Amino acid sequence: MARTTRSTALAAAAAVSVALTALTGCGAADMTRQASPYADAKGSRTVTLSVQSWVGAQANVAVAQYLLEHELGYRVDTVQIDEVPAWDALSQGRVDAILEDWGHPEQEKRYIENKGTIARGGDLGVTGHIGWFVPTYFAEEHPDVTDWKNLNKYADQLRTAESGGKGQLLDGSPSYVTNDKALVNNLDLDYQVVFAGSEAAQITQIKQFAKEKKPFLSYWYKPQWLFEKVPMTEVKLPEYQEGCDADPKKVTCAYPHTPLQKFLNARFADDGGDAAAFLKKFNWTTEMQNDVALMIADEKLSPQEAASRWVEQNETTWRTWLPS
Amino acid sequence: MTATVTPVPPGPETTPTGTNASGASPSATSTDATTTDATSTDATATGGLAGTLRALARHRGRLIGVGAAVVLVLGSVLLGGGNWPSSLAVDLSGPLGRTSDWIIDNRDGHPLFLYFLGHISNTVVVSVRAVYLVLLALGWAGVTAAAALVAWRLAGIRLALTSVAAFAVCGLLGMWVPTMQTLALMVAAVAASVLLGGLLGLAAGLSDRMHRTLRPVLDTMQVLPAFAYLLPVVLVFGIGVPAAVLATVVYAAPPMARLTALGLRGADAGVVEAATSLGATGRQRLLTARLPLARKELLLGVNQSIMMALGMAVIASVIGAGGLGDRVYQALASVDVGAALAAGVPIVLLAIVLDRVTAAAGERIGAAPAHRPVLGWAVAAGATAVFAVGGRLAGRLSWPDGWTLNIAEPVNGAVDWMTAHLYSGVPFVGGTADWAGRFTTWVLDPLRDGLQWLPWWAVLLGVGALALLIGTWRTAATAVLAMAAIGVLGVWDPALDTLSQVLAAVAVTLLIGFALGVAAARSSRLGRALRPVLDVFQTMPQFVYLIPVVALFGVGRAPAVAAAVVYALPAVVRITAQGVRAVNPAALESSRSLGATGRQQLFQVQLPLARPALLLAVNQGVVLVLAVVVIGGLVGGGALGYDAVFGLAQGDLATGLVAGAAIVCLGLMLDRVTQPTQRREPAGKGA
Repeated sequence: MARTTRSTALAAAAAVSVALTALTGCGAADMTRQASPYADAKGSRTVTLSVQSWVGAQANVAVAQYLLEHELGYRVDTVQIDEVPAWDALSQGRVDAILEDWGHPEQEKRYIENKGTIARGGDLGVTGHIGWFVPTYFAEEHPDVTDWKNLNKYADQLRTAESGGKGQLLDGSPSYVTNDKALVNNLDLDYQVVFAGSEAAQITQIKQFAKEKKPFLSYWYKPQWLFEKVPMTEVKLPEYQEGCDADPKKVTCAYPHTPLQKFLNARFADDGGDAAAFLKKFNWTTEMQNDVALMIADEKLSPQEAASRWVEQNETTWRTWLPS
Repeated sequence: MTATVTPVPPGPETTPTGTNASGASPSATSTDATTTDATSTDATATGGLAGTLRALARHRGRLIGVGAAVVLVLGSVLLGGGNWPSSLAVDLSGPLGRTSDWIIDNRDGHPLFLYFLGHISNTVVVSVRAVYLVLLALGWAGVTAAAALVAWRLAGIRLALTSVAAFAVCGLLGMWVPTMQTLALMVAAVAASVLLGGLLGLAAGLSDRMHRTLRPVLDTMQVLPAFAYLLPVVLVFGIGVPAAVLATVVYAAPPMARLTALGLRGADAGVVEAATSLGATGRQRLLTARLPLARKELLLGVNQSIMMALGMAVIASVIGAGGLGDRVYQALASVDVGAALAAGVPIVLLAIVLDRVTAAAGERIGAAPAHRPVLGWAVAAGATAVFAVGGRLAGRLSWPDGWTLNIAEPVNGAVDWMTAHLYSGVPFVGGTADWAGRFTTWVLDPLRDGLQWLPWWAVLLGVGALALLIGTWRTAATAVLAMAAIGVLGVWDPALDTLSQVLAAVAVTLLIGFALGVAAARSSRLGRALRPVLDVFQTMPQFVYLIPVVALFGVGRAPAVAAAVVYALPAVVRITAQGVRAVNPAALESSRSLGATGRQQLFQVQLPLARPALLLAVNQGVVLVLAVVVIGGLVGGGALGYDAVFGLAQGDLATGLVAGAAIVCLGLMLDRVTQPTQRREPAGKGA
């Protein structure tokens, strides 16, 4: 009995391996050409765009998607991915383009210079800046809070249950670039960094604070539509100088201003035809991006509706992006 | 966690059967884990020693307590206090970083990828695509008709109507295409899970050695929180459908394997014997006797695989699975609860329909076969074809744009109203923000600080003692080793922070869950009213309620606890209600005849008799709460959950994998510590 069961088990194992071999064929598989199974479903030309989790990135993608679909006749797939994995997906051809990147020198070196699987797509036209912000209603009452040297004076007022005995510095999504823990430490601030864990949680919390006119201190960034709903004033940190943030542990300076970049899958950049040409030319201003972002996040329009409204009113701008 | 637990009295105990097999439950975790190994302390006692040993065993709680006290004193003298010593920790960031670099650098050229992993990835893409194209070609009319007819054949007319309604709602919410994408992914993932799980289960069912080897592996797979292994899968396969399908298979295959093995092992010995005496070979016995006898378990396994896979649909969206999960995830990014709900509802509906249909199919087995089944199926196939062709001719393949309902606005309005009125300033009771603050300061902070203040060896000791009280020396050893592994991984402090959140959430869950469960058991009307609510809570993707919990409780650990409670509550309520309801009516009747009041009946008869079910509810509560820890990281829970999310977001294998491994260890420890033993053979058909 034992012998027969063992041989049956062996037979089963053999069957599995045979099935796997049969299933997988024998040739080499190309891991750099891995499209989505949902692409080209109706024989149309498809572009896949990566969307990051903030609304500004959604705005770029919405407008690009609208124009690609309505002016150039493509079908567009969007995938929401965090920043670093998005580079990897771009390199593998799972997505064709990232429209808003906040600077990833390590990835640029690896994928653009060493592997050559990703190509630069030029400026987005928007400049990004990260900083610490307090609500403007609080800054007007206490003008000196806008200098980091006075922050310790206000730690008491910024305390929450979560920050223990210290003031709360609200940080956001784990995918964002931040030196805040080091900054708090190196500048001797009586603050505790509390990670909201996602941008959605952070925005929800900021809105709740603002509704009650409570003071708060938050890591935040521009361009961002939330400034239109909750006016915020930046707290001055020691000035940024080239290379002062080289060692993340010793950093004592503010965040830089970053012209945001587009990146394309290298193969797509070469053979992508009109879509690639269009995405390379795509270039707009902070105000334009905010218009669309606000429609999506605050008026709760679908990204497609928001994009169609913007496209209606800004023909002169987007005409120049279309390939001639 | 140092509360004294009275030892489990030796004696016959019923194993709660199929407690969460019924109802839409994506979480049939370790219900039937360790069905054997019931080596209670007195089982080994023999001869004249037996009496003494049995007496000792009866007092083993006290013995363990005294032993623990002695070690506590010795330890504080010899080892001193403090956190996990750094000399006993291993820093894995170097090797893990190198591994991750190696994979990225070699993924496009190494034979391992070119000739093996690449093909797996392509096979997945091709199969998902094939299913998706078929679904698109059928059109909405064809798909709805097919679903209704399958439901009708397997489960009767009522479920057929439910399926039609469910698919119609998916279309009405404007979610037709994402629903089809999710469905395609589910079909591929469930097929792979059933195949893989079935083969593993077959091996374990036929060979005792395989069974012994596989059991701990399956146990571990079931307490693994899904987030913990997303990162390695993504690293190997990249973002997208292949990684999502494979992660889903890891999650959904274990129940299939477990139930297949259970079915094969439980096959009626008489029938198998008869087959043998008739001269059947091993293979014939398997195909004609054992497998047919195990049909019920096999179908239950398929059912559980489907539920687990659907539970994974949203989590997999984080790694680019697309479909409904992606819609929920994108809605989260624009802080849009309404849109998230619109994508979440189809997931719930799919879960309910698939669960009811497969469950009904399972119940039908063994009943008298229908008249001319082939004809019935032919009619069904024909009707589907008619609808599909009709839809195609009418030019209505995709769901008509005009036929959609916008639920996002009213839902957002309701959420805004609720949070605006409850957040603060409610007269007398204070707002939810105040509660959250108080809960954090009075419960979470002391718990965390207390745990982190305890010397590391005292924590190990406590875990060991607790596991010994409830389980066996074996479970105790596993629990202590798992806890020690956390220290070795160098994440002792964040792990204890996470542990404090889990304990607080479990306490709240049990408090509410027991109360509701008992109430539901005593009033069948309440039970019926609760059922759909529990279904929805259990299958609704956690991402949907992330924003409301933050809006109500602010950012921090309190909303993380709230999210965990919402997720774990249904299972606890269900198991409690079923356990209390299953109490022997004769016992109740006799107590009533003795003049016991309702209250006395509850506390002196029903609850003590339902003890095994209550213990199981504790165990399930713990495992489910832990599964939400990572989600808690998304709302400010910090600790291990945040690290796991951080690792995934930054592609940082060292942080993510270590945090994931620590969560797994924590899960193992908590599972073992809360796992009542005395689950004797025959285990029946627990699932």
